[in-house]
Amino acid sequence: MNPVLAVSAAVAVASTVAVVIQRKAVHALLYLIVSFFALAVAMLALGAAFAAALEVVVYAGAILVLFVFVLMMIGVEGPVPSLRAWLFPALLAILLFAELAYALFARPELLEALSVAAPASGAAQVAYAVPAPVPPKAVGLALFGPYAVAAEIAAFLLLSGLVGAYHLGRRDKA
Amino acid sequence: MELIWLVPAFPLAGAIALGLGRPLTGKSAGILGSAAAGLAAAAACLVACLFVAGGQVPYTVSLWTWLDLGAASQAIAFSVDALAIVMILVVTIVGFLIHLFSIEHMAGEEGYRRFFAYMNLFVAFMLVLVLAGNFLLLYLGWEGVGLCSFLLIGFWFRDRANGAAARKAFLVTRVGDVALLLGMLLIAASLGSLDIGEASRKAQSAWAPAGSSSLAMLAAALILGGALGKSAQLPLHTWLPDAMAGPSPVSALIHAATMVTAGVYLVARANAFFALAPQVLEVVAVLGAATLLYAGLCALAQRDFKKILAYSTMSQIGYMFLALGASAWTGAVFHLATHALFKSLLFLAAGAVINALGHERDVYAMGALAKKMPLLFWTFLAGAFGLTALPPVTAGLASKDAILARLWYVGGDARLLWWAAMAGVLLTSLYTFRMIFLVFAGPSRRGGVGASSHEGELGPSTTIPLIALALLCLVGGLLDFPRLMGGRPYFGAFLAGALPTAPLPEADTALDLFLSLAPLILSLLGIPLAWLIARRGLERRDIAPKGALPAMAAIAREGFGFDRVYAFLFVRPVLRLAGKGVDFVNLASEGLRGATMRLSGLLRSSQDGRPRRYLGALALGALLLLAAVLI
Amino acid sequence: MNPADLELALGLAALLFVIGLAGMLARRSLVFMLLCAEIMLNAGGFAFIVAGARWGAPDGQVIFIFLLVTAAAEVAVGLALILALSGQGRGRPKGLDADEMRRGGD
Repeated sequence: MNPVLAVSAAVAVASTVAVVIQRKAVHALLYLIVSFFALAVAMLALGAAFAAALEVVVYAGAILVLFVFVLMMIGVEGPVPSLRAWLFPALLAILLFAELAYALFARPELLEALSVAAPASGAAQVAYAVPAPVPPKAVGLALFGPYAVAAEIAAFLLLSGLVGAYHLGRRDKA
Repeated sequence: MELIWLVPAFPLAGAIALGLGRPLTGKSAGILGSAAAGLAAAAACLVACLFVAGGQVPYTVSLWTWLDLGAASQAIAFSVDALAIVMILVVTIVGFLIHLFSIEHMAGEEGYRRFFAYMNLFVAFMLVLVLAGNFLLLYLGWEGVGLCSFLLIGFWFRDRANGAAARKAFLVTRVGDVALLLGMLLIAASLGSLDIGEASRKAQSAWAPAGSSSLAMLAAALILGGALGKSAQLPLHTWLPDAMAGPSPVSALIHAATMVTAGVYLVARANAFFALAPQVLEVVAVLGAATLLYAGLCALAQRDFKKILAYSTMSQIGYMFLALGASAWTGAVFHLATHALFKSLLFLAAGAVINALGHERDVYAMGALAKKMPLLFWTFLAGAFGLTALPPVTAGLASKDAILARLWYVGGDARLLWWAAMAGVLLTSLYTFRMIFLVFAGPSRRGGVGASSHEGELGPSTTIPLIALALLCLVGGLLDFPRLMGGRPYFGAFLAGALPTAPLPEADTALDLFLSLAPLILSLLGIPLAWLIARRGLERRDIAPKGALPAMAAIAREGFGFDRVYAFLFVRPVLRLAGKGVDFVNLASEGLRGATMRLSGLLRSSQDGRPRRYLGALALGALLLLAAVLI
Repeated sequence: MNPADLELALGLAALLFVIGLAGMLARRSLVFMLLCAEIMLNAGGFAFIVAGARWGAPDGQVIFIFLLVTAAAEVAVGLALILALSGQGRGRPKGLDADEMRRGGD
């Protein structure tokens, strides 16, 4: 058991729980940023360095910072739901987690059945115990290789998001 | 031999002629009706003579095919044997005398012609019932007499209470009819034949050994159910006192002599089935004894002249059932015949008294009529002697003796029944003589002299039947007199051809003496006791308001609350259901509509525009789907 | 990388997702709901990373990138919406209550 992974996992869970039970939105945001950092570390521990970097730079650093800006403008403070209001969500969450855990750990054959053949990009079928960390170079090659079309479409998505946000932000004149 | 069909044909023709023909004037309708009945009686006598002369060979006359169903065809078949002969003689002779009586008794009534039409129809159906060779035809007669009973109880339909009484009679006996029908179907289904003789034979081979066949028990029990209803025994007895709402000749014919004895006839006719189910026979005997005592007590407490007689009938039929249960088949039938004689006499005489007093039925308002109406008094007394089995040679004496002797000889548990029968003898004497003392003796309790409280107005149509019946009561016992007093069992021998008869054990003079004397003493004992009751009026509320006896008498007068219990259990719920207009046939379509509306409302409420709800539903769905995959 | 690590990581992804779901169901403020959506998205992405690590393939990270793109677009639009709603509303500093937005409008 990789200790780094374990610790970062614990931190991530703790701070995520904290996010959900905060009263002020800004506090929740800050906890969320912590959680993302922890997750980035976990990704590093798994050998996905590029993803870890992106997580910090894009997700925590751009998206959540955007959130922070907006919240500072409007100062949201929500009522923390009572314990009774937590009942159903908590129940649902527990049940769902139990199911997922069961599916993942108690029924390995399900996962085997769901797995398709080896992934699209070059890496051969490696034996389970040995996979090496994936370098950014490989990611880049994959992104502009087999996934090139998808990358273009992602660009479209960003454009539409931009346009939509612009329109929503206009003071209504039309 | 082929003449048997004439016996029911005459009254049927009479009914049709009276019902559909031109209106007749004066007493012509009565004369026509009585003539039809009389011809039936003549034909019955002829058939009886031919039967005896021909060596008492039972035969069946099949008139035509009623239902042509191939193997399951049913025919209109009259089967003649000793039992049938006895029944048709009783029905037609007593019926004729009652018709005769009614000519004058019902004169001036609205619906005179209708009355005789119904009476003739009834006699026709009753004859079909007793002559039927197969169960289906018997059921036709069974239902027919039920119909006529309804029509005649509610004869004075303008008074709604009479209609209610008629309905009550019909509905209560209906319960029994359903049981009988089920029994018939059971017999048809498992034995394959509805012919009475054939089914009986088949049952003996297919349903043996006796005592262990549940089919036999079921069939016997169902048939018993039918008999209980028609014969007004516990627990289907509540209709008989109410049936006194009809005219007295109706009470005499239908509710004393014939229809109520149809149950007894049915059990006797189906004795093969009952022999295969001894437990059911025990039930028959116990119910008979219970009704005997119950009705006797009720009779003792009644004020209405006819109700006393109605309960008396119930009680005497209890005797017959008791006899049947003890397998004393011939004794039961003999009592049936003698009872027809004296009970119809009592009813007719009572009817005449009531009419003469201007429709007064309360015995507490009568008295001292012996001098004013001597003929009625003496004929009534003859009937009473028959009822209480007092000597001289009365019919009731002979038949009761036969039953009691048989009970004693059966032994074992039947001894208990013998004691019950003895108690019944005492009760019979008590209520009969109470009735006589209240009505005919003692001081006159009538306020003013009512309309025609004088007997002189009785014409021959009234007096002849009364005298004839009285004579028959007195000498009818000779037919089967106890051997102690030198009698011969003519009747028993006659019936032996049709009903199984176990021979009596050796003549033991001392025992015989005891068996005959004991009921006699009890009956005689009842006379002074009844005098006491009648004179002191111990059971009357207005004389002893705080007493225990009047309170008990009040309960007995109500028939020990059976009506209340039935009303609570059955009548009120049904009426409530009917009254509320809960149309449960409509419920299907209405229910569908309502359910659809409710369902749509439910679905609509899920589209409430609340995003968190939707999310929750999504999550829940995911949960369930995952679960479905995993499991 | 041993299997235990991967299993732990997958479990972590599941747990984070579920926490985010619970939070989304329980809280009424629109902002918080958006936040919880982010949690869930991130958890899903993390699962992809784990998958990629298992096979030693870059595909997992590639998909993670696309997921980031999606989240970015979504957040942009969502925040713009929130700004619009809170600005034009009657100046409520308190949270935008999802329960009261049934007909989509203040």
